[in-house]
Amino acid sequence: MQRSIVAAAFAAGFCGLALPAIAGQVTVITSFPKELTTAYQKAFEAAHPGIKIEILNKNTTAAVAYIRELPEGQRPDVMWASAPDAFEVLASYQLLQKAPEVVNKSAPEKIGNYPLNDPKGMYYGQALAGYGISWNTRYIKAHKLAAPREWSDLTRPEYFGHVAISSPSRSGTTQLTVETILQGEGWDKGWSQLLQIMGNAAAVTDRSFAVPDGVNNGQYGIGIVIDFLALAGKYSGYPVDFTYPSMTAVVPANIALVAGAKNAAEAKQFMAYTMSAAGQQILFDPKIGRLPILPYSMLKAPAGYPVPQDIAKRAKVQFNTELSGQRYPVVISLFDQMVTFRLKELQAATKSIHEATAALKARPNARGSELLAQARSLAYTPLVGADNVKNPEFLELFRKSRRDVAVAKELTGMEQLWSEKARANYVRAKQLADEARGLAR
Amino acid sequence: MPVAHLSTAARAPRASAGLGPWIAFALILAFLLVFLILPVGTVIYTAFVTDTGALTVGHFGNFFDQLVFRESFFNSLWVALASTFFASVIALPLAYLTVRFEFRGALLIQTLGVLPLIMPPFVGAVALQLIFGRSGSVNLLLNDWFDITIPIMDGLVGVTFVESIHYFPFILLNLVAAMRNIDGAMEESALNLGARGWRLFRCVIFPLAMPGYLAGAALVFVKVFDDLGTPLVMGVTNMLAPQAYLRITSVGVDDPLGYVISVIMIVFSILALWLAARVMKGKDYATLQKGGGALQKRRLSKWEALLAYGWIALVLAVVLAPHVGILLMSLAQVWSFSVLPDSYTLAHYATVFSDARGMMANTLLYCVLAAGLDVVIGTAIAYLILRTRLPARQWLDWLASAALAIPGLVLAIGYLRLFKGVTLPGSDQLVVQTWVLIMLAYAVRRLPYALRSCMAALQQVHVSLEEAAQSVGASRLSTIRRVTVPLMAGGILAGFVTSFITAAVELSATLVLVSTESQAPMSLGIYLYMQSIAGRGPGAALGVLAVLVVGLGTYFSHRFVERSRATVASSAKA
Repeated sequence: MQRSIVAAAFAAGFCGLALPAIAGQVTVITSFPKELTTAYQKAFEAAHPGIKIEILNKNTTAAVAYIRELPEGQRPDVMWASAPDAFEVLASYQLLQKAPEVVNKSAPEKIGNYPLNDPKGMYYGQALAGYGISWNTRYIKAHKLAAPREWSDLTRPEYFGHVAISSPSRSGTTQLTVETILQGEGWDKGWSQLLQIMGNAAAVTDRSFAVPDGVNNGQYGIGIVIDFLALAGKYSGYPVDFTYPSMTAVVPANIALVAGAKNAAEAKQFMAYTMSAAGQQILFDPKIGRLPILPYSMLKAPAGYPVPQDIAKRAKVQFNTELSGQRYPVVISLFDQMVTFRLKELQAATKSIHEATAALKARPNARGSELLAQARSLAYTPLVGADNVKNPEFLELFRKSRRDVAVAKELTGMEQLWSEKARANYVRAKQLADEARGLAR
Repeated sequence: MPVAHLSTAARAPRASAGLGPWIAFALILAFLLVFLILPVGTVIYTAFVTDTGALTVGHFGNFFDQLVFRESFFNSLWVALASTFFASVIALPLAYLTVRFEFRGALLIQTLGVLPLIMPPFVGAVALQLIFGRSGSVNLLLNDWFDITIPIMDGLVGVTFVESIHYFPFILLNLVAAMRNIDGAMEESALNLGARGWRLFRCVIFPLAMPGYLAGAALVFVKVFDDLGTPLVMGVTNMLAPQAYLRITSVGVDDPLGYVISVIMIVFSILALWLAARVMKGKDYATLQKGGGALQKRRLSKWEALLAYGWIALVLAVVLAPHVGILLMSLAQVWSFSVLPDSYTLAHYATVFSDARGMMANTLLYCVLAAGLDVVIGTAIAYLILRTRLPARQWLDWLASAALAIPGLVLAIGYLRLFKGVTLPGSDQLVVQTWVLIMLAYAVRRLPYALRSCMAALQQVHVSLEEAAQSVGASRLSTIRRVTVPLMAGGILAGFVTSFITAAVELSATLVLVSTESQAPMSLGIYLYMQSIAGRGPGAALGVLAVLVVGLGTYFSHRFVERSRATVASSAKA
């Protein structure tokens, strides 16, 4: 009733306001930057006259919300983004449909251990990305730092206050990086390393792009980033460089057909094009800088361009998607409570620990070393143990709907506990480290 | 002899006559219901129900049990109060100097002072990082010369710094409008009675301009309290708005706590506005004479001039830093860890002109319509509240002001939900895919600004002037048209300008509501460009163009007012 009144009001006021949708038009909703989408749009339209590509650029979250709120037949046709979790969410709401015929058979089925396409067949890998460390060459020169090569390098005291990362709860790519470290080093050791790196952090940003952006303009010295963002900066002339640590994983960026799409047939042509040799060649553009899914024998790669299969082969981690999916909510929540929201205290504790370590190295003191070991253990031990995170009941709690007050109470109670404990631990660790440093004098 | 009314007795509004006010009341109420209350209701309803749909307040209990949230709440409060204070410190002298003294370039200062508002907050923060950040130009120079750096962009201090220089124009605009409305005779009387200098300002001028100041200060408080973009860009998450945002937008997490925070922010913002209104209540700031002498303009003595120019130069240098930063960015090829860019190019402007011409037209179209709608509704609400005795008229004010506290994201998702599947009759075009909703979202979100300015303007118009018009036979409508509205013109224009320029930088609702690229306004264009390394230059170039377009608009509307003022003044003298 109310809707029809609203509709009538619009009829009276705004008749003939909007253009009707054109047949043969494919709407692509994407979080990818303009250079990439425009390049594909132009190339595809040139190859397929009569089909028009309309790019709808939204960040991943807004894109998911947008598709969810539109009725069937009015939705965009193609979803194209990095974060696999966004596709999982869309699939869970039945907002994706299968389009197996668009897959390019020349592409390998797996990159390292990671399946290129969704095992359930809802979305497909279109390009590849690896994670690593990027740095600003002028910045590290000015601060007299060496270029880091491995994650473990970033725990060293000289990098204090120079590292930036985006929060894994905000960035699907960072979540994969964090998970890669956790799987490579094991839960407890991985967290300990992560917390040490985060103790050196200058910032935990909200957007993935804020990290490479800050590294490019010299605000941060070192960033934990996805490769193409760093490579695009490097090839655009910025004084930045990038390396893949041995503990890395190569994972796909995805493309999918939206359920209830208006022009499914044309949309499939576009999807197939992005995975064809012509479409893959576009990824080498210096402004885009992504890794293709097709073998280099089918493409013309620029000299010195990273080869994804090699990186995957070198990589020590056999990435387990299922495990990552299972503990996803625990990992991001624990990270936020221990790092994102407690960064100030963690930084303070780390600073004291670095100072105490240096002081004790100069003047050893047994009691001091003992205190320092305690401080380290307090600051760098995850609040959820390896056993707990394997407990299905514990994991199940995070899957339940937070709209149930009792569940929400339990979850927020736990987050509150983590938050308070993390703070208390960091404060105590700082005290112990300061005490240890005092003993070294 | 003009008569001043500073009595504390409330002026009795006249009995309302006729159907007119009722119709206006019903129309505004309907508008607010359909485009604000219902859409937001469909979203924040989540805060009050369990997964089975039963009502509960349990989520609120969960909220207050969390340390992070309590901390966030106090951080937000602290930053909002501190920013209001510093914004006042910047705006007061600027307003006073420009209204009160013969001063070359006063107009320029006011226009320049508005410039911070037309910079999308996230762009402003990015540009400020380049100037004042850890490796910004200023700190690199300081480090070279004195081996020190100033961490002014860090943490809560940084947020306060950015917010103060971003939002002080709210106070400046409203204060200038209010001071202009002060009757010069009030000042003469005070001078006759021996008040001079600081005392004159403290006891006479500032109190008379109080409605304007409070309107501006309350806006700054609420705006900072709710601001999301700045803390996010600066990486400060322990505040309410970022907490709500992080909760609401985590993909696939349907977490009611985000909505609980939204509800708390709404309640708190309304409370702040209510307090500001409470202070004003029972005080009468209207002066009778209009169009006669405004405050006298004086010449500054040599030392005063030096001091004044010094202060203005300092403030402008800080306030314009983001603009300088973005201008350099738009011309830079590579700018990284250096005081100035390595090399310059005009290529970014070429890119923008070939790509983004439609965006400028869109911004103008949406924002002029939205701001126009805002001042019409704002004037009507102000009139209903101050000049009629309709029951529940105050509710219009509360409802409209609530929009200030609604995160754009919540409003936009509400629109998508409420108008889901509604098509324009006679076609299969969905309402949610037209640009009208974007425009309406702007209008609703920026209505509180226009409303505050209109209320302040009408508070300064003495009711006797309208009574006089009616006593010589003018109908109510023609009194409004020919007496009330012209007397309010300055305040209405201030409202229009504030609505217009803040709508031009709106992003969060735009992000969700834009459904084709051809609908995109400039703010979205800047955001999209800024998402990639190759796009930073063009994004900055588009930002510079946005600043130019909106800055020129503001300048010409000021000029327009100045000129009409001059005409009135000269005809009064004749």
